[in-house]
Amino acid sequence: MNEVVIRFEDVSKQYRLGVVGTGTLSHDLNRFFARVRGREDPTRKVGVANTLRERSGDYVWALKDINFSLNDGEVLGVVGKNGAGKSTLLKLLSRVTAPTTGEIKVKGRIASLLEVGTGFHPELTGKENIYLNGAILGMTKREITSKFEEIVEFSGVGKYVDTPVKRYSSGMYVRLAFAVAAHLEPEILIVDEVLAVGDAEFQKKAIGKMQSVSRSGRTVLFVSHNLTAVEQLCTKGILLQNGMLKMEGPIHDVTTAYKKSSVHESELKRSGTRLVEFQKYEITDGQGRTTDEVMLGDSFRVTASFTAKEKMDYTDMTLDIRNDANEFIGHVTNSDDLFEIKNIEKGGQKTVSVDVKEVSFAPGTYYISLWLGNNYGTFDYIENCIRFSIKQGEGFIRRPYPFDKRAKAVLKSSWKIEDRR
Amino acid sequence: MSSTLEKTDYGTDHWTMILRPKKSLFQVNLAELWQYRDLISLFVRRDFVAKYKQTILGPLWFVIQPLLTTLMFVVVFGNIAGIPTDGIPQVLFYMSGIVGWNYFSTCLNDTSQTFLKNASIFGKVYFPRLAMPISIVISNLVSFIIQFLFLLCFLLYFYLKGADISTGVDVLLLPFLVLLIAGLGLGFGIIISSLTTKYRDLTHLVGFGVSLWMYATPIIYPLSEIPERYRMFVLANPMTPLIETFKTVLLGVGTVNYLYLLYSLVFTIVLLIVGVLIFNKVERTFMDTV
Repeated sequence: MNEVVIRFEDVSKQYRLGVVGTGTLSHDLNRFFARVRGREDPTRKVGVANTLRERSGDYVWALKDINFSLNDGEVLGVVGKNGAGKSTLLKLLSRVTAPTTGEIKVKGRIASLLEVGTGFHPELTGKENIYLNGAILGMTKREITSKFEEIVEFSGVGKYVDTPVKRYSSGMYVRLAFAVAAHLEPEILIVDEVLAVGDAEFQKKAIGKMQSVSRSGRTVLFVSHNLTAVEQLCTKGILLQNGMLKMEGPIHDVTTAYKKSSVHESELKRSGTRLVEFQKYEITDGQGRTTDEVMLGDSFRVTASFTAKEKMDYTDMTLDIRNDANEFIGHVTNSDDLFEIKNIEKGGQKTVSVDVKEVSFAPGTYYISLWLGNNYGTFDYIENCIRFSIKQGEGFIRRPYPFDKRAKAVLKSSWKIEDRR
Repeated sequence: MSSTLEKTDYGTDHWTMILRPKKSLFQVNLAELWQYRDLISLFVRRDFVAKYKQTILGPLWFVIQPLLTTLMFVVVFGNIAGIPTDGIPQVLFYMSGIVGWNYFSTCLNDTSQTFLKNASIFGKVYFPRLAMPISIVISNLVSFIIQFLFLLCFLLYFYLKGADISTGVDVLLLPFLVLLIAGLGLGFGIIISSLTTKYRDLTHLVGFGVSLWMYATPIIYPLSEIPERYRMFVLANPMTPLIETFKTVLLGVGTVNYLYLLYSLVFTIVLLIVGVLIFNKVERTFMDTV
């Protein structure tokens, strides 16, 4: 126990941006001559830190100088935004591609699940696909045969194993694919976001399976946007930002740091013509006090100021609300309230505030994206720029047992009982 | 054990594998490939089953193609152009050439797309990439065998009708010939597939290049009909001795030229070594460029 099973030593990965085509040959020749003359690879120098917004140069470091190690039996959660390098890290470890510099040392057999059902062929039956997929994931025929019954039972498609999988419902397909993967017995398991598939019941089953894998002393690397699942499963975490390792430590410290860091203006995804442009925005509670916590059932207020570069007859403003799994949960727009934002002079500044009443989303973390635009297009759109969380208060959920986390909303209700006539 | 394994000092760190940016050119791990033999056999099965599911004629398609091509050749080259066939019944002459050539061309065509066609699988999971082209060569062998049996039926028919066919002991050369044909197809195929990951132009070349190549191989004409001054060019083609010998041992015309065969053998071995080395180098990072 407590033996290092994975060690990253100064691992970096460089990618070429844009289309590979014209120019590849000349780049290759450049590199070759540089090597012949004993100079540094000229294409290495132009590599820039991986910020999605700024791309100077043709090359980008998807990962830069990553160092960490993992002991056996640990479950590592890898968190970070899209493009932070999470998938690249898993790809290197799964040997899909090789690092540009550095070394990755591994002890034990690795199985990676970057997707479920890799290599499934629609014309083949469920049974044939179990064997094929199992073999692609590194099992021998003998191993698969010995686990065949278990796999079929876990997947719950028993009756249909002799039917081509193209006749399966998408749910059955995913369940069968996950079942094969779940019965791998590697020392190290790499999982990327596969839990995002399937229904709630199946996800529960899948998480249970992963927990039992880690309990049996094997090492798991898990990448997901679903922070709840990460916190539930993992013991240790690393936070990636722009291809660099920002933090390593106990999972709760890492996810907390991630939540805090995830609303940094410099990294916000922003688009639009900017004819009208947001200047400032904030979230306050119903009484106008600055907060990022809202009690379930209470209201909150979003206040946004914007400036018009040109005279603008009218514009609409919307709020898109997403949860931390990036699912689109709620939508608010001024036109639903027959409220008009119009006749803005060139250079004019306005501040709009909107009260969202009786919030009924399930407790958790949420992100608001702000949009300004009209029929002619988007002026300004800032994705996930306001983060807030909804807390379970006494006033709304009064049940004595915990709230069922699978539900996405809590609905206000009234009850009545009568004698049957 | 893995292809990226590099021997480390077992005393200090006993890692199972170390992933490095570059590995030495000659580090090919055939033992790992052997571990994945079940995967290869399952790929073969998949190809076979998937190809003919939901077709009415099913595996009959294996023989329809050479049959129709043979008939076309008989009409065009045999009767209209009047190219002689060394006194062998035209059907047998063309069909034996076509069956042998088909195996080579399907191996080459199919394996040359290894990286492009399987990018989605290769991008998600690791297994020795060579498993894919090898399984292609084996599943094409299955169709070759079916076509070959079909050819034997014709051979028997003409023999019974009293055609001058004398099949001798050198028939024992057949497995060796088939192996060389497969090796040539595989060798060219994996070299092309490795190069196409960066330079996509080659995919265009392969399509018609292979069909032109057929005319540089004695399939529609016997080698004996080639004027002396062109003969060297036709003989430089490593497929020529193989197709010639294939016809000789089956139909019993002419004698086996072992010197030419030796040339094909050496060519194939060198090609395969070069191919595997290039393939092996490309497979590690092709996902970044494909």
